[in-house]
This record gives sequence, structure tokens and C-alpha cells, in this order.
Amino acid sequence: MSDPAPTSTGSHRLAVANLTIHHGQLRAVDDVSLSVGASEVLAIIGANGAGKSTLLRTIAGLHTPTSGSITYEGEEISGLRTFRRVRRGISLVPEGRRLFPSLTLEENIQVGAQKAAAGPFSIDAVYELFAWMPGRRRQRVGQLSGGEQQAVAIARALVANPTVLMIDEVSLGLAPIVIERIYEFLPTIVAEGIAVLLVEQDVSQALAVATRVHCLLEGKTSLVGSPNELGPGAIESAYFGTTHSPSPEEST
Amino acid sequence: MIWLNVIVSGVLLGGFYALFACGLSLMFGVMKIINLAHGDMAVVAGYTAVFLVPKFHLPEVWSFVVVVPIFALLGYVVQRTLFQKSIDRDPFTTLLVTFGLSVVIENLLLEIYTANAQSINIGSLIAKSWQVNNTIYVSYLSLTVLIVSVVVLAALQLFLSKTSTGRQIRAVSDDREAAQLCGTNYRHIFGIASSLAFATVALAGIAFGMYTSLAPTSGGVNLLFAFETVVIGGIGSLWGTLVGGILLGIAQQFGAHFNEQYTVLAGNLLLLLVLAIRPQGLFGKQVVMS
Repeated sequence: MSDPAPTSTGSHRLAVANLTIHHGQLRAVDDVSLSVGASEVLAIIGANGAGKSTLLRTIAGLHTPTSGSITYEGEEISGLRTFRRVRRGISLVPEGRRLFPSLTLEENIQVGAQKAAAGPFSIDAVYELFAWMPGRRRQRVGQLSGGEQQAVAIARALVANPTVLMIDEVSLGLAPIVIERIYEFLPTIVAEGIAVLLVEQDVSQALAVATRVHCLLEGKTSLVGSPNELGPGAIESAYFGTTHSPSPEEST
Repeated sequence: MIWLNVIVSGVLLGGFYALFACGLSLMFGVMKIINLAHGDMAVVAGYTAVFLVPKFHLPEVWSFVVVVPIFALLGYVVQRTLFQKSIDRDPFTTLLVTFGLSVVIENLLLEIYTANAQSINIGSLIAKSWQVNNTIYVSYLSLTVLIVSVVVLAALQLFLSKTSTGRQIRAVSDDREAAQLCGTNYRHIFGIASSLAFATVALAGIAFGMYTSLAPTSGGVNLLFAFETVVIGGIGSLWGTLVGGILLGIAQQFGAHFNEQYTVLAGNLLLLLVLAIRPQGLFGKQVVMS
């Protein structure tokens, strides 16, 4: 299966073609192709176990795919180790934040900035984006709230100045008001030309911020399109794997 | 006054234990490697000082100038090859590999240098001491080792907390995968940590060779003391290692005061006591993050 939707922004920054990934015997991701260009937000949605996180982790280099290719700016990168991909410009905000608990807020961000490429997001720039951070930079991250920790995880990825930013389950376990505030950073990132690959459990949130949506069902692509083209019925059936039968309110 | 003597000699001995144990603590803290060959590596460092250093026409007192850099380099190489390969398999493999290494080292030393004890000749310095009063003597050597130990631990602590490499070591030790996602080559960082561990164990091996004598099988009992030091002090805390070493030293001297045979026993009892009351060690980290 190939990606039918050409990107409006021209060349692909990151492209995945016919990617298949196994977890032992399980085919977690099955022949998936997608691409994302500058200033684009591609949301990957799907039920639990659909292979969303596995897909992102494989692009980051934490899993080895069984087959398929991952290209970054036209260059094959599936042979590169994770840290090399990060230094090239592909960053992942992992599921569960994964901050360094024995480091302070600032130290966490400094680790992210250690091998940073040149770009707009210096540590100071990130402190401007998240204005509460400077005042608490000497605190251990364990003392921060869940939403604050999530913001630190995003900041830590941003200071590496990625050109592709992958974000895995930002909203997991956070209150809606906190999620809203976290998503406020997204327009700034997109304005800088960063391509965003977003895994989001909360479909309405994903639809609200995405330029395109890619739905996975048991590892396979079940739907691709832009949020305003896709009706809720089509998304629902692609999400749950039910045959598409428009509900009464949808056909009106 | 007798008790003061016990404490003073315990503290002096503790400095040596801390120096010996900090490499073990570092390897476990960062790489989660329990290095069963740690004691044998110290012995190898001592043997290097005895047999290699004289070839450089250097007094044996200065042997650390040669041996420590060699061991630092060796630490990086061994980590990037042998240890990394075993980490890539599973944690149990590292245990087997270091155990195997320990056996190989002991037997190679026996084969090449026989079972005879060797010691590092530091001339008249060995007998010099500072008389505090009628009963307390502080040997220059012991005092030097204690000072070296404190300086090494302080330098390590400073390195870990203030430098960017130190920060990366702490990050990798917290979460290897997340560190990779920050662009850190964790294998290289492991190499650096191992290099530091080997350098400190070389210093400890040389100190041991100056104190007493080294035999191919000296590593084992020293490994036990190093383990006790780390467990008493708490894993991952360098100052804990110093306190752990000193407490172990005092306990052993306390036991020895009653009967020479109680030396090791008293140390072991302290270990059991700490394990019973505070299993994470006196300065052990408690995980704060969910």
C-alpha cells in the first residue's frame, strides 16, 4: 500500500515505505507507508495495540524493522543507530515521558541539547516557550506534575533542534485542561518548519491539530486523509475495524 | 584511648576500602554490571606496578603514573568489546563473563608469576609514621591512601555533577533508552564510566600492593570487602561509598581488637545489620518518580 495523499508542502522530509515490524511472532506493523513534510502535522490514530508506538519507536531506531525502508530527506536511515538519527534531526518524545529522575529540570534539557543541531530552539528559546520553567529549573523532575513533566519531555526533544519531531501519547493520563495547554506549543513548532508526527489516543484532539490523519488497525493502514475530508463514520470504522455503515445522524 | 586507636585505624582502612569500592559502585550504577573480576583487576594493576613499571626506570612509588592511564584505556576497550557484547545479550551474561574473567586472570597470574606474593617496594616510606600520642600512630602510607581516596571521590563527584559528560553518565544510568533519544551514544558513555572505574581500581590495587602483598588470589577477599562497602554505603552514592568503607573499616578493627580472627566477621555482621535495617544502604537512592 502506498500513501495516496501527496503533501501540499512539496518534498517529504521523512518517508516510510512498506514497513513491517515484528514483536516476536506478532506482526505489530504490517506494510505501512507514510510520509510527512515540513510544517505538516501527521496524526497517527488507532486503538490500543494498533502499532502506533511501535511505528514511532522504529522510526527513532529503537526497533529493527523486518522489512521496508525509512528515508530521511531522501536518504535511507534504517541502518543508523538511534543517537545518529537524533543528531540528523529526528527526535522522539517517548510515551511515558521518560525523564531522567535524578537530574534537575534544567539538566534534563541540557542532556537534550548536548548534541543539538543549529536551529531556533536554544535552551533560552524553550524557556520562553514554557515560561514557568526557568523558575523551577533547579528542581528534580520528580517534583513536577504530570503535565509539567510532559512539557519538559517536549522541551528536551525540542532543544535538539529536530526537523522531524515525533510525539507519542502526549495526553495520556493528563486532565483535558492540561492537554489543551500542552498543545499550545504546537503552532510555534509548525511555524518553524518542523514536521510533526503525532501519536494520539484522543481522536478529537488529533483531528483538531492534524493536517493529515493516518489510521492504523491491527498494524495495517486503514484510513488516510485530511481531517476535514474524513467523516466521523469513516474514522470510526477505520479505528474499530467495523464495516462502514453510516449512522442516522451522520447521513443527515 | 584504645577505642580512639580502633577508630583511627578503622578510618584509615576505610579510605582504602572506599577507593577499592568506588569503581565497583560506578560500574553497577551506570552499566548495571556486577563486576566479579573487580578484585582481580586490582591485583593485575598491582602486578603491573611490580613487573612493568621497573622497566620504565621509575621508582615503584610513582607506578600509578604509568598504571592508571593504562587501566583507564583498558577500561574503555574492555567495556566497548567484551562487556558491551555481554550487556547486549542479557544481564546474566555479564555476571558469567566477569566471573569467567576472574578465573582466567587468577590462573594466568599463577601460570606466569607463580603463587608467590609480590609487593610494591616503596622503600623506607612503608615504616614512617606520625605519632599522635603514646598509643596512636598514623602511618604515612595509610594517611596518603585515605587522602587519595577522598580526593578521588570528590573529583569523581565533581565530574559527575558539573561536567556535561558527567551529566550524560547520570542520564544514561537513569534511562539508557531516553538518553539515546537525546542523541547520546550510550556505548561511548559506558566506555567512559568503565574507564573511570578501571582507573580507580588500579589506584586501589597499587595501594594494596604497597600496604601488604599481592598474590594471584588476593582479588576474591578484596572483592568481598568492596561489595560490603558498596552495600553499606548505598549503591550509586559516592560519599556513601566513603562512609561505607569507613564504617566497615571501623567494624573490622573493632572485631580485631578482641581477636584477630573476628576481623572479617565483624564486618560481615555490620553488613547484615545494615541490610536488615536499611536495605538500600545508608546513602542509597530511593526512587521518587512513579
